[in-house]
Amino acid sequence: MTVRSARSSVTVPLGEVAPPAVEPTPMRVSEERYVLTPIPDPVFDIQHLSLYYGEKPALVDISFQIPRRQITAVIGPSGCGKSSFLRCLNRLNDLIDGSRIEGRVLLDGQDIYAPTMDVNDLRRRVTLVFQKPNPFPKSIYDNVAFGPRMMGIRQRAVLDEIVERSLRQAALWDEVKDRLHASALQLSGGQQQRLCIARALAVDPEVLLMDEPCSALDPIAAGKIEDLMVSLKENYTIVLVTHNMQQAARVSDYTAFFYMGHLIEYQRTTDLFTHPRVRQTEDYITGRFG
Amino acid sequence: MRKRTIPRWRAEATPLLGLCGASLAMALLMTVAMLGLIFSQGLGLFWQKRLVRLQLRDGSRWLGEVWSRETVPDPTTGRPVRRIALHHGNRDLWGTAFRWIDEADVVGWEYPPDAVRIERLAWGPAFGQPRRVWVGDKPFVDPVDVRDPVWQELFASVRQDRRVLQDVEDQIDEVNDRLERLRRQELRLRYRSASDPSAQAALQAEKARWERVYGVLALRRTTLIERLQQYVLEVTAADGTALRIPLAQITAVIPANRMGLGERIRLYARRYWELITENPREANTEGGVFPAIFGTVSMVLIMSLAVVPVGVMTALYLREYARQNWLTRVVRIAVNNLAAVPSIVYGVFGMGFFIYTVGTAIDRTFYPWMAPTPVFGTGGLLWASLTLALLTVPVVIVATEEALLAIEPEIRHGARALGATQWQTVRHVILPAAAPGVLTGLILAIARATGEVAPLMLTGVVKLAPDLPIDDRFPFIHLERKFMHLGFHIYDVGFQSPNVDAAQPMVYNTTLLLLVIVVALNLTAIHLRNRIRRLYHGGSM
Repeated sequence: MTVRSARSSVTVPLGEVAPPAVEPTPMRVSEERYVLTPIPDPVFDIQHLSLYYGEKPALVDISFQIPRRQITAVIGPSGCGKSSFLRCLNRLNDLIDGSRIEGRVLLDGQDIYAPTMDVNDLRRRVTLVFQKPNPFPKSIYDNVAFGPRMMGIRQRAVLDEIVERSLRQAALWDEVKDRLHASALQLSGGQQQRLCIARALAVDPEVLLMDEPCSALDPIAAGKIEDLMVSLKENYTIVLVTHNMQQAARVSDYTAFFYMGHLIEYQRTTDLFTHPRVRQTEDYITGRFG
Repeated sequence: MRKRTIPRWRAEATPLLGLCGASLAMALLMTVAMLGLIFSQGLGLFWQKRLVRLQLRDGSRWLGEVWSRETVPDPTTGRPVRRIALHHGNRDLWGTAFRWIDEADVVGWEYPPDAVRIERLAWGPAFGQPRRVWVGDKPFVDPVDVRDPVWQELFASVRQDRRVLQDVEDQIDEVNDRLERLRRQELRLRYRSASDPSAQAALQAEKARWERVYGVLALRRTTLIERLQQYVLEVTAADGTALRIPLAQITAVIPANRMGLGERIRLYARRYWELITENPREANTEGGVFPAIFGTVSMVLIMSLAVVPVGVMTALYLREYARQNWLTRVVRIAVNNLAAVPSIVYGVFGMGFFIYTVGTAIDRTFYPWMAPTPVFGTGGLLWASLTLALLTVPVVIVATEEALLAIEPEIRHGARALGATQWQTVRHVILPAAAPGVLTGLILAIARATGEVAPLMLTGVVKLAPDLPIDDRFPFIHLERKFMHLGFHIYDVGFQSPNVDAAQPMVYNTTLLLLVIVVALNLTAIHLRNRIRRLYHGGSM
């Protein structure tokens, strides 16, 4: 049922990635790589991860570690596999017919692709905020309470407390506290996205995956989300996929640069943007392609 | 700027737009014309016209209501002739109730003030001038005037007696019902070959007791009827014949030529009320259609209860669970094409499958002592409703699938990303979001099912079934009962009736009621859909 949308994110013709006539940058993937390792106290340890949709490889041999309670940005041109990578971390790719992975993804030392893994439990520990705000057609309260309810929490008082805490964490409480039972679809785009973040926080996750959370928002709303991410990093690990290099530079602590399904460079953000070790990274961040 | 190369009228498709407008106008016109016909023909039936007495050239006289006028070519000369359809009633005297009269033959035309229309339980209305009331062979009120308090008091007391009689008859009905139950119990005891003599004896004693009760009631009824039959109203018909009508038979005496507008409106309202609340009489051409309304509505409701879960579950499996491949495509095409199967085929299937297979199996398992009388092994409300559910399930499936398709994948994945299982996602996110679409499907299904007649004729509709499928007798809902239906009523009254002229306006009225019911059911569903929309989508949608 989701084949179409998911596949479109992968099958963008690779030829379009490099714009013509800027500089004859080779379209091939650089042989050079730089991956900072080891990382202190990693949440995720990704080992030789490859992802295929049918026969097409979307990710090739990715290995790096994601630090705890930090913001890790994943940047790269369209179709480089950043969203697909994000969806490997909570196994949302499983929902796509014909997807298949190789390698291992360890979450706190535990292989999330092991047969003993409870996928629904994993998705509560590692939850995803989508690019386009996707509130359910329900009330604000019911949106936030959705995850806890699916875990079996029924007591009204407990739910009330979770809803309030999550909305406060997402800096939305003051704007909606008087209309918790109004439809979520009446909120503005930025409010909807913060609602989706509150909804994700309500299941008490360890890791928040954010798939270009600001790309559908205006600059003011995007700024609010960025501030929010910085404040959330105190308690949560955040993996942020973004198109926007300024955003990555502003909010993240570590940055991974993906190109055509390969991890080209992974470094502390300050280092990656000031002293990129790989030529291809430099070309990308200086806008020579991408 | 580049010069336009195609003419403006082609670029803007002006003629096509005109055609679109014309099509819309035509559709509107047809709807309005259809409704206009139904309303004008149906609503006129209950309006009390004045009674006219015609003196014809051949010396004969006719009293009645002008039903319609038309101009036809004379069969011999071919010249146009105007003629009148006169409803002269008194079918017991003359065999017919209608007559075409050439206007050229009419020499006298008057509205006698004392002429009345008499509504009665048999033979249709009578027209004439009331003379006197007889008790036995003595004149009791002579002369009689229907505006006189004497007559009104007498008529009121007769009516009261008739209500008492009705009560007694209801009681007899109840006793009959009890006896029927006892008979079934007896059959059951005998079938189980339980040679338990004490149970048998108790049953027999119970039966004997109720038979005695029946005897008492029957005697009471006979006495009441005899008393009621004593009062006879003598009416002079148009040709001078004395017509004697027992007061017990009369439901109303209407002095049509002496009524004011207010009285006419009240009479009109009362007649309409009778139509929708009373049982039919006179081979369904008179009286009300209440059992048919009740049958239609209960059938549609039971059908809805069956069609929504089946349709929704099918669509859910097809869209949410099944892998999308050639097989699901084939299933989808097959479902869509089911809608093209003639409804009578569904009727045959319903009869063969539900009645003869399922019904017979139920009878054999649960009611073996009733054999050979079928309980569920014959047409009934349940089987007719299920047959219609089969007929309409493709509509619900298609509408539900459309609704599911309209839900963005982000919503589904959003729920899964929060750790909801597929079922939880379906149950708490997908279904509520698709509910308005499901109700749209139900609305279409109701519209389709309410108008179906053919499959019902094979699965349980009958001409006359005064016993409603839901009543105050245990177990209150009798799904195995046969029932009446407005659509079938239209067919039966309009085309199977011996008295076509009297039936025609009834047909229009029944059609009108059927339309009203469809609209009412749809409005209910639309109201429900809007409430769900507000609930889940806020006021914005």
